[in-house]
Amino acid sequence: MYKILKAEKLADKIYLMDVEAPRVAKHCQPGQFIIVKMDEKGERIPLTICDYDRDAGTITIVFQEVGASTVKMAELKEGDSFCDFTGPLGCPSEFVEEDIESLKNKKMLFVAGGVGAAPVYPQVKWLKEHGIDADVIVGAKTKDMLILEKEMEAVAGNYYPCTDDGTYGHAGMVTTKIEKLVEEGKKYDVCVAIGPMIMMKFTCLLTKKLEIPTIVSMNPIMVDGTGMCGACRVIVGGEVKFACVDGPEFDGHLVDFDNAMKRQQMYKTAEGRAMLKLQEGDTHHGGCGNCGGDN
Amino acid sequence: MADVLKRVPVREQDAKVRATNFEEVCYGYNKEEAMEEAGRCLNCKNAKCIQGCPVSINIPAFVSKVKEGDIEGAYEVIGESSALPAICGRVCPQESQCESKCIRGIKGDPVSIGKLERFVADYALENDIKPKKAEKTNGHKVAVIGSGPSGLTCAGDLAKLGYEVTVFEALHELGGVLVYGIPEFRLPKQKVVKKEIEKVKELGVKFETNVVIGKSTTIDQLMEEEDFEAVFIGSGAGLPMFMGIPGETANGVFSANEYLTRSNLMKAFDDSYDTPIAAGNKVAVVGGGNVAMDAARTALRLGAEVHIVYRRSEAELPARVEEVHHAKEEGVIFDLLTNPKEILVDENGWVKGMKVVKMELGEPDASGRRRPVEIPDSEYEIELDTVIMSLGTSPNPLIASTTKGLETNRRKCIVAEEENGQTSKACVFAGGDAVTGAATVILAMGAGKAGAKGIHELLSNK
Repeated sequence: MYKILKAEKLADKIYLMDVEAPRVAKHCQPGQFIIVKMDEKGERIPLTICDYDRDAGTITIVFQEVGASTVKMAELKEGDSFCDFTGPLGCPSEFVEEDIESLKNKKMLFVAGGVGAAPVYPQVKWLKEHGIDADVIVGAKTKDMLILEKEMEAVAGNYYPCTDDGTYGHAGMVTTKIEKLVEEGKKYDVCVAIGPMIMMKFTCLLTKKLEIPTIVSMNPIMVDGTGMCGACRVIVGGEVKFACVDGPEFDGHLVDFDNAMKRQQMYKTAEGRAMLKLQEGDTHHGGCGNCGGDN
Repeated sequence: MADVLKRVPVREQDAKVRATNFEEVCYGYNKEEAMEEAGRCLNCKNAKCIQGCPVSINIPAFVSKVKEGDIEGAYEVIGESSALPAICGRVCPQESQCESKCIRGIKGDPVSIGKLERFVADYALENDIKPKKAEKTNGHKVAVIGSGPSGLTCAGDLAKLGYEVTVFEALHELGGVLVYGIPEFRLPKQKVVKKEIEKVKELGVKFETNVVIGKSTTIDQLMEEEDFEAVFIGSGAGLPMFMGIPGETANGVFSANEYLTRSNLMKAFDDSYDTPIAAGNKVAVVGGGNVAMDAARTALRLGAEVHIVYRRSEAELPARVEEVHHAKEEGVIFDLLTNPKEILVDENGWVKGMKVVKMELGEPDASGRRRPVEIPDSEYEIELDTVIMSLGTSPNPLIASTTKGLETNRRKCIVAEEENGQTSKACVFAGGDAVTGAATVILAMGAGKAGAKGIHELLSNK
């Protein structure tokens, strides 16, 4: 069992938890992810690592309620436990392996959308710890949905919050902020964009035009997360890759986002039915004719 | 008096009924049937059947115990050679191993050795007969990577010799391919696999789940930081292969591994579990091995019309005859000498069909089987909503790429000696699919035994 040492609601439908997982905490690096399973009958849910404390043996995860399983997960409190917690999985971010001195000569821009701020944070923090200041754009729908602001500000070189509705920071999508910074004369050697698929797609379209090499972190459907099932196939540069072992980070200019977005729809209806069953509980008696609620 | 040339038939669930449920197909023998069948054994002096068994079970000895009605005694005999008899009795290809050597088989049916083994093992599980444990530990620590057939066997053998064994498993459940790959209707998980693993635990073996070696820690760290003196790698062959044809990333295309993992490990067939599975209405399973049969029969039970699409003819199907027979009985349709060319995709990214081509058999190839060649202008389309690719698997490179000095071959298999599992790295042994590529449960168990022997030779001389 993996104990939850802290459980906190960061924003509407977004939660943070510190989980005791010494083996994972000892070996994880920025860019990697974990798989969590709530109980015997739960799904294996891949989540990016938001932070880690090697001494305390803990991992910080941040997740958003998107389906029945994450809604259930959000109900867990401090002191509760996850039945299973596996990791670290996937490859670390490329820069972790790079020569620090040459890295210091690169200007890096991080672009986070929504909960994407969580996986961006440990990368920016790692760079800060190695004496490198990176610029960070974090976008959210509205002010209340911005997460990890204080933490991000503390480790970022320049921190640029954006809101779609203009309630805070730059008004508009993250892409308009990138354009603005470049127009103002900022030069970037590398961009790392993590967030919803659609946000990564448009960021990549823009950075391709601006000729900034861009890395994205893919979060496709997964089952085992160790290379066994192939559910997480993504097309990168015309080749099929497994996000769990070859990624999750890839060259964003080579990723086929349209295919990736279609693949994410695979279980949408099953997910919807599971959600309905969860919300309506015993009062759900079918009617949809599909979900087995009438059995 | 029954015809001594014929084996005692085994009771099975009716094909029509079982095609709609996940209960075990074969009921197995009861004690009377088992004793009657055991009576057919000629108790040969120079027993060929033992040579046919990858773990050299003393078959005539256990069969005579069954004949006498001493089932506990029979279990003891099997236990000397096999840690997982309830599993082997179900999934071993006995027809090409022990039973193929049986003298009874020359004139009539060979003795049903597999079904007898299963009966003995099930009796031991039901009556909670404990395996014999080492009297005391010898203080040597051994790590086993992977809790599949080779790892469990190696761990069990070493524990019996007094070693302190810890098994590391990447997934949340113990058993490897026994739980994620082989379906419930062939190998019940609670009733058989879990109980069989309990017996290995009773020998003193420790298990740690959710540890991905190569990620959560490495082999070098296990030896340097956690004081393991030797390591056995039984990590299996887990990476699925795809064909590389257009449309393979469409929604509704699965590897057999994914499909089976969802249904077997995550229990997606059971509504009370959260993991979904796209059951499909019309499913094609591409391939002809045991895994293809498992995937086809799973899809059938989830309510689909299922076609096996295989490029050679029935004679070349690599699956066990029994599995093919069961699949046919249940209503799986075999489209033989047929090869996929392209998966057809609708505007929303879902599978809508498959373009296939008719094949004929040409000259024998390197494997000795006649090579299938395309018949010109024989392409046609079939309507489908699900395609399951069952083309084999290869070893996961995770361990090899994170262990210094561990040699692999061209096929990414770990190089290891057959007789003792020794790899190119000192104190590291390997066996099972990680070494051979995808093979059978019993061959992996044989390799686990060899690895245990190798580790014992190394550490007992220390």
